[in-house]
Order: sequence, then structure tokens, then C-alpha cells
Amino acid sequence: MKKEARRAAIKAFLAGGALLSTGWLALSKKKPSGDTVKLLSQDGELVEVDREYLKVPTHMHAGLLNKSTTGREAIPGKKFVMVIDLGRCRNALKCVTACQKMHYLPEEKEWVKIKLMKDTEKGAPYWFPKTCFHCDNPPCVKVCPVDATFKREDGLVLIDNQQCIGCKFCMAACPYSTRVFNWEDPKEPQPISEEYSSTETSVPSVHGTVEKCDFCPDMVRQGKLPDCVTACPNGVFYFGDENEDAVTNGDETVRLSQLLKDKAGYRYMEELGTEPRVYYLPASNRMFPVERGFKGMSDEEKQKFEDI
Amino acid sequence: MNFKENINLTLKDLSPVLEHTSKKEKIWMAFLGVIILWGCYALYIQITQGHIVTGMRDNVVWGIFIVNFIFLIGIGYSGSVIAALLYLFKMKWRFPIIRIAMLMTLFATITGPLFILLCIGRLDRLHHLFLYARLQSPITWDVIAVITYLVGSLIFLYVALIRDFAVYGQSKDLKVSDGRKKWYKRLSFGFKNLPSQEKHLKISRDIIAIMIIPIAIMVSSILSWIFGMTLRPGWHSTIFGPYFVLAAIYSGLGVIVILMYILRKIYSLEKYIKKEHFIYMGYGIMIFGAGYGYFTFSEYFTDWYTSKAWEAELIHKLFSWDHYGYWTLFANLGGILLPLLIIGIPKLRTIGSITLVSLIMVVAMWIKRYLIVIPTLENTLIPMQDLREEYVHYSATWVEWVLVAAGFALFGLLFTLAIKFVTIIPVWQTALMNTEEQNKNIEKS
Repeated sequence: MKKEARRAAIKAFLAGGALLSTGWLALSKKKPSGDTVKLLSQDGELVEVDREYLKVPTHMHAGLLNKSTTGREAIPGKKFVMVIDLGRCRNALKCVTACQKMHYLPEEKEWVKIKLMKDTEKGAPYWFPKTCFHCDNPPCVKVCPVDATFKREDGLVLIDNQQCIGCKFCMAACPYSTRVFNWEDPKEPQPISEEYSSTETSVPSVHGTVEKCDFCPDMVRQGKLPDCVTACPNGVFYFGDENEDAVTNGDETVRLSQLLKDKAGYRYMEELGTEPRVYYLPASNRMFPVERGFKGMSDEEKQKFEDI
Repeated sequence: MNFKENINLTLKDLSPVLEHTSKKEKIWMAFLGVIILWGCYALYIQITQGHIVTGMRDNVVWGIFIVNFIFLIGIGYSGSVIAALLYLFKMKWRFPIIRIAMLMTLFATITGPLFILLCIGRLDRLHHLFLYARLQSPITWDVIAVITYLVGSLIFLYVALIRDFAVYGQSKDLKVSDGRKKWYKRLSFGFKNLPSQEKHLKISRDIIAIMIIPIAIMVSSILSWIFGMTLRPGWHSTIFGPYFVLAAIYSGLGVIVILMYILRKIYSLEKYIKKEHFIYMGYGIMIFGAGYGYFTFSEYFTDWYTSKAWEAELIHKLFSWDHYGYWTLFANLGGILLPLLIIGIPKLRTIGSITLVSLIMVVAMWIKRYLIVIPTLENTLIPMQDLREEYVHYSATWVEWVLVAAGFALFGLLFTLAIKFVTIIPVWQTALMNTEEQNKNIEKS
């Protein structure tokens, strides 16, 4: 009996971080049923766990969030990357609204932005969705005086809004105007649970601090895609892991290297040397004419794009 | 006349300012106090309602607070450098100017950093700057540099003041309260003009005068690197360090001239601050103005000549009439050409004209800092495509203007209080100089 329990304990240990925290506690009280299930651990190892020790955390976020280290620890073995297919975007703005919903942002605050771009005078305009580029050489992280914004091993650039002093230097340093500031007390459309608040969820917004697109590490930790990716009706966003060389837009999963090769992927303003983790596929073979993006737009709103 | 008599005579001449506070002075200080209180109210609004009450938004993240920060810190850097250079080169005429320059340095260096604090969203987390300091960040460099400079300039001022404190403390003619006299004595550190004391004092002055120059240059450069280290046109420039150093000394010379003029008028210091002082300062303005003008030209010229789109857009913004054209014109005409021209022509070189061009130049230099900060921030790489006007164009709100005014009022108040405590003209050195001159005249005759 004792031996069995020990073996079960080792197995439970192998089952990984998610089950560990709740499982270990349960272990001291519960007796094994003898009925085991096979599970794949985080390291890709097949393990057997007694059914009795299986415990799905009651609150997904609470168990999976990396709260103790203020979100500074990377998701092991990953190197996140995004590919944005400009040929598919029709300015449906679903990514923008989904992101706002996910992060409890008011309507006027956009972490994902869609711009109308035109590269040359004779060229055709196209819609250009823009997330944070999570640069490998991030100018924002370099200038932060208090270590509030940081770069993780898994490629993400995040902000600890409990540490941020709101000097806005990172905003001045980011050449892509990615970051937004809480100029006043943030208005949240709905109340936010204490358990959901963390650096990895980037909520709630904190007055006088900086925030931005975070690639939804809390979703990714659960093996889910960031909300902008799933919300897009046209599969514009591919998200994935550079180490695995795979990205997916929810419908199809493709090899990152092949996709970039086939469709001539590029990074925005490569010459700035910021090494973005977001690649763009040129706006060729478009699924929609650019005019589709103006559908339903008021005349006033159209003024935004007068210069293009 | 011996040295002692000379000291008594000079002190008698200058002491009324220390002894009495006139009605006009009281009104002046009350006026400054009211502006400061108004500033406190604006600050209260900003802290309780957030930075939303300023004109700053996501694109233009820094406004006139940082403009004023550069301006005041620039003045702060120049005072000590000017005083140190005049001291090290043993300029005999320096005494009437040197204390004005040092007091200006101290109070500008105290007032300036307050403006960077106003840019910070979470003042309650200010201690994070030390707790989580990252050495990679130019802001951390700036924190270290400004503190070092503040301490350095305070020592520089103090070392220069010790002998005067001794004079005030020992003087029987000076009619101030006993408590204050005790303070003078305490501050004089028992200086009794012994040869050994004189020797140590000289060594201290030499060391701090030599040290303060590289410190000031470093601090000014670091300030410029807050901008220079970003990937933004108009900021990301290799000449920004020396450019800021020159601009700082240049604008500081202008402020010294203005202060000289005002103090000379109000306290009738014509005997001490003479026309030659204005002319010498005018020469300084010409030298640094020419250097600053050269840097300005080379900065705009290289950006304009090549065709890098992002930079070209900024140049277009700065030089087209429907954007910042008038301001650019004023900043360069009033800030460079006018002082060079007026001071450059001997016939036009009068106390009044030098002061007037200094005033115009100082205003132009403030606007120049505005033109460095705001147009660059309005010129984003990714098109803004924003309908919210306040996000596209910056315009300062009353809260910001009141706080800027309060900053200047604080500078004025500190300066006024300081000249009620120490004489504007150093007593000891002036007396020493007069004695030497009299002895020379006696020898000659």
C-alpha cells in the first residue's frame, strides 16, 4: 500500500506543474483507487496517474496562472511567434473587440489596432492589423528604469503593472506606438475577479501605468490560442511556437518556416533592428477588396483614412 | 585702507538687503507664494483625477513638463560651469557674477527635477526607482547624475560661501537677529582666515571647480540621451549630447544676464555689476550661441538633405507654416541670429540691449525645447489614424501651464529668500579685490 502510494506520488509529480499544486495536497488525504489513467506530461512524457489523484482545478485561471513569480517565468520550451496574413484582412475588427472583451478594456482603448496602410504612392492600400511585436531586441524593455516591463524566455514582452511607475519612457521608445497609458481611473465594463488579476492576464488596468497587447499568456498556458486569433473570421492571425516550427490560425496548422518561405513573410521595419516576433505575409492574392473594410463605417470614421 | 576696513565698507553697502525686507519684496514673495499655491491646487487635481487633466496622451506622452525640465536643468548645469570656468581661468571680474550663477544653479537644479516627477503616473511608487533600479535605463543614469550634480553644486556654492559666512557671523555692524548670526557662525565652520584654513579652502575650491565641469557635461549629456537613445527622428542623433551641453550653457548665460539686470536695478548694485560684466557675458553668449547655432544647422541640414521618410516628415512639420514653421523661425531667429547680431555689433552693445536679447533668447530656447520634444512625438512611424484630436495634436492644459508657472515661481521665491540670507555680491572677495587694487595704486603713485 505504501509503495503504491509512493509510486503514485512520483507519477503525480511527473504529471507536471498544473496538477502538482492541487494534487500534492490531495495526496496526503486521499487513498488511491487503483484505477489509473494515462496522461501526457508537460515534457511530452507519458505517465500514469491514479484516477483518485486527478483533480482539475476548480478555477482554471487560479491554478494555471503564474502568480507567485508575477508572471516573469516563461512557459518552458516555448518561443512564441505570430504571423499576420495581410491578404486575408478586411478590417472586420473582430480581433480588436475580442481583445477588448478579454482584457476588460473600454471601447476607446485598443491593444490590437487595424491601420490602413499604403506603402507607395502607386501601390494599393491594405488593412494592417497590429499587435505588440514582442521584439527580441525590445527598445521598451531597454529603457524601463524599474524593471516593470520585461522580456521572457518564451519571447513575450510583458508589463508588471504593480511595479510600473508610469514614466512613459517605454511609450516614447516603442517605434510602433504599441503601448497605451491609463490616463485616468480605468473604466472596466464588468467587474474582474481577484483570481483573474495577474501580470499574465494583464488585468485589471491600473491607473497611471502602461499596458499593451500581451499575446494572452494565460490562454497560451492553457494550450489555447490568444483571443484575437480565434475571433478573426478570416484566419488572419497565425499563432504558434518557433521551436516547434508550427503556427495555427485555428483552422489550419502550418509549418512556420514553410509559410514564411512560400508567402514571402517579412517583419515590419526590419531595419530598426528591434527583431519583432510578428511576421507579416504581404497583401497579395487578397481575399477581399480593401473597400470591404469601409462597409458600415460612418463618414466621420472614414476621415481617419483621408491621408491614405 | 586695509582689508578689514574694506570688508566693513563692502558689507555696510550690501547688508541692507539682509537686514530689512521691504514692502515691495514682501508683495513680490506673496505674489510668488500665491502662484505656488495655485500650482499646488493644480497638482492636487492632477494627482486625484490623473494625467487625463493634462494635454498628454498616448502619442505625445510627454508635454511641457519635460520641456520645462530640460530648460531648468539646462540652466542649472550652466551656472556651475560658468562659475567654475571663470574661477579656474582666474577672471578678476567674476566676483559680482559668480554668486548669482551659483544660486541660479542650485535652485534650477532643485526645481527642474520636480517637473520630471510631474510626468510620472504613479508618484506613490517613486521608491521603485531605487528599489528596482535598472542600470540600462537612461532614466536611472539621470537619477544618479542629477543627485550627484545637486550635491556637487551645493558643495561648490558652500565652499565659495564659507568666508562670507565668517564675515557675517563676526561683523558687529550687521544688524540681524542673534539666532541668525549663530547660524552664520556655525556655517562658517570656524573660519578665521588662518593661513592653513585659507590653504585648505583653496584646495577644496580647486577640486570641486575642476570636478563640477565634467559632472555637468555628463549630466547634460545623459539628459539628452533620454531622447537620443530612442528610435525616433529628431531625437536619435549622435550630436545630441554636445548639442544639449552647448544649449544648456547658452541659455544659462542668458538667464544670468537677466538676473544681473533685475538685481542691479532693484538693489542699486551699479557699483558692482558694471557694463563690462554685461559685455563679458555678452561675449559668452556670442561664443556659445555660435556653437549652438552651428549644431542646430548641422542637425537640420543633415536630416533635410537625405530622404529618409520618417525624418523628412519631421523636418516638414518643423518648417511648414501650417505646423511649427513660425515657432521654428522664432526659435532660430530669436535664439541664435538676434543675439549674435546685436551683441556682435559694438555700437548696439548696451546693458539694455544685451538684456533684451538675452530675454528673447531665453524664451526662444524654451520654445526650442518644445520643438525638440513635441513634434517628434506627434510624428509616429505607424500612422495614428485617430479621430480624437487630443491624441493627434498636443496642446497643454491650464493644469500644465499653472504648474510650469509655479515652477518658475518656486525658483524665484528660493532665489529671493537666498539673497535675504547671503549677499548677492561676495563681500570677502570684493573687499580683497578692492584692497589689492588700492595697494597697487599706492605703489604706483
